[in-house]
Amino acid sequence: MADLISRRAALIGGVGASGLLLSGCDQLSHSPSVQRVLETAATVNYRAQRLVLTANGPLAPEFKPADIAPTFRVNGSAYPGTDDYKRLMDTNFSTYRLVVEGLVHHPLSFSLDDLRKLPSRTQITRHDCVEGWSCIGQWTGVQLGLLLKAAGLAPGARYVVFRCADDMGGGNLYYESIDLADAFHPQTILSYALNGQPLPVAHGAPIRLRVERQLGYKQAKYVMRIQVVDSFARLGGGKGGFWEDQGYAWYAGI
Amino acid sequence: MSMAAIDSPQAISPPKSARPKREVIYRHRLWVRLSHWLNALCLLVLLMSGLQIFNAHSELYWGAQGFEIFPKVLTMHAARTVSGRAVGLTTVFGHRFFTTGLFGLSTYHAHLANRGFPAWITLPSWQDLSTGRRWHFFFAWLFVLNGLGYGLWSLFSRHFSRDLIPTVADLRGIGRSILDHALLRHPTGEAAKRYNVLQRLAYLVVMFVLLPLMVLTGMTMSPGLDAAFPQLLWVFDGRQSARTIHFCVAGLIVLFFVVHIVEVILAGPLNELRSMITGRYAVPPDHKATDPHG
Repeated sequence: MADLISRRAALIGGVGASGLLLSGCDQLSHSPSVQRVLETAATVNYRAQRLVLTANGPLAPEFKPADIAPTFRVNGSAYPGTDDYKRLMDTNFSTYRLVVEGLVHHPLSFSLDDLRKLPSRTQITRHDCVEGWSCIGQWTGVQLGLLLKAAGLAPGARYVVFRCADDMGGGNLYYESIDLADAFHPQTILSYALNGQPLPVAHGAPIRLRVERQLGYKQAKYVMRIQVVDSFARLGGGKGGFWEDQGYAWYAGI
Repeated sequence: MSMAAIDSPQAISPPKSARPKREVIYRHRLWVRLSHWLNALCLLVLLMSGLQIFNAHSELYWGAQGFEIFPKVLTMHAARTVSGRAVGLTTVFGHRFFTTGLFGLSTYHAHLANRGFPAWITLPSWQDLSTGRRWHFFFAWLFVLNGLGYGLWSLFSRHFSRDLIPTVADLRGIGRSILDHALLRHPTGEAAKRYNVLQRLAYLVVMFVLLPLMVLTGMTMSPGLDAAFPQLLWVFDGRQSARTIHFCVAGLIVLFFVVHIVEVILAGPLNELRSMITGRYAVPPDHKATDPHG
């Protein structure tokens, strides 16, 4: 009998405890100091992956043409409806200029034709969304490292920021940033073609960044300006990207 | 010293009188108790935050890639019946199950929500992928460090070889052990002082198969680690397969947990719980020894 009562007590205690735990977990999810502690794991992820993933380090897996998905899944912005972007579309992007500026010795500007004339790299890679799905496509573009070498990095250069044309609401333009190890990685390209066709608007025309060792939200679409900076603390929400400002990790190699 | 306590050769109160009332042994050493509870906490947080992450795209696939147009292993979605009623629909290899209230469609703060797993089992309860990921990665590191610490300690203290790896005699008695478990008969006396063969095998499978599989399939979902260790993709047949295996093995660990809890309750929950908190375990008396007719 005593055993029965204690069993019942344990059961009730267990159910009560799990209820408390649930509401407790939600409280902890709302607590900025707890979230700061949890965020340390993002730094550990970054440091750990940088031990094995350097600028000259391993390539992301590349696939066969037969592996290319029947259609490339559209996600995020599919059409930046701004007046500036509409004007670019009207000229079929012939008035587009990609600007490379910031901590560089020679600020540069490229038309889409200029970029197409530069040596290109074509790669069939897997695009991994943070949500969990993956899609294989073939990307062609110019290596970012090539442009950065041409511009010449000035002392203090640590990050490369991509300023985009898509308005995420309230005039908040999409932006992203990567470190120099990824910027100079051979697979990091400014792509102007998807699956052998000029990059469609839904996928970031005229230029989409490909950083193949990171998740989808790093693959900025509609890239207009490339800024080399020493810190991204003063940009946007200070976290280095649009989704980063919403709470996602800056390093998205996992 | 004939006492063969499970984690320790040391007995707290060896039987001194002719009729010991209840023999108490020191069953689990401090390191085992600490790593057990830390592991339990990690697995709970990893499960709940993992289901939060799953809910961001509540479909599973096989192979390198997968999204809506690819064949699905599993889906959980809200749908409408012909009469316009909202239902939760789960499909497994194309077989449809109505799971309203649990999977696909469940209530959140008195409102119907279109979500894979219900709010009461995800961390946080509301739909929030970035916060779910923060919990998941922090506790993934904690889980791995705890596992490595436990593994090294167990190796050097011979916990594995002494307490977990079944002896030849254990393996010979596996049929009898299966029968004992099926009849809910629990060992008493000397036999209760050591793990039985099914218990040993279950713990070993969890420690050396299921938990490492979770870590490796988790790593395979990382585009960075796929570049560093492409062998992972070969082993698990691609990132989407790894995601599916990660999900299924998590289910097996939940299954282990359920059996573990049932066994604890059957074996005497307070005594078992106490042994994992203080280390002290009261050995269930041997029926033969206490039988007045014996």
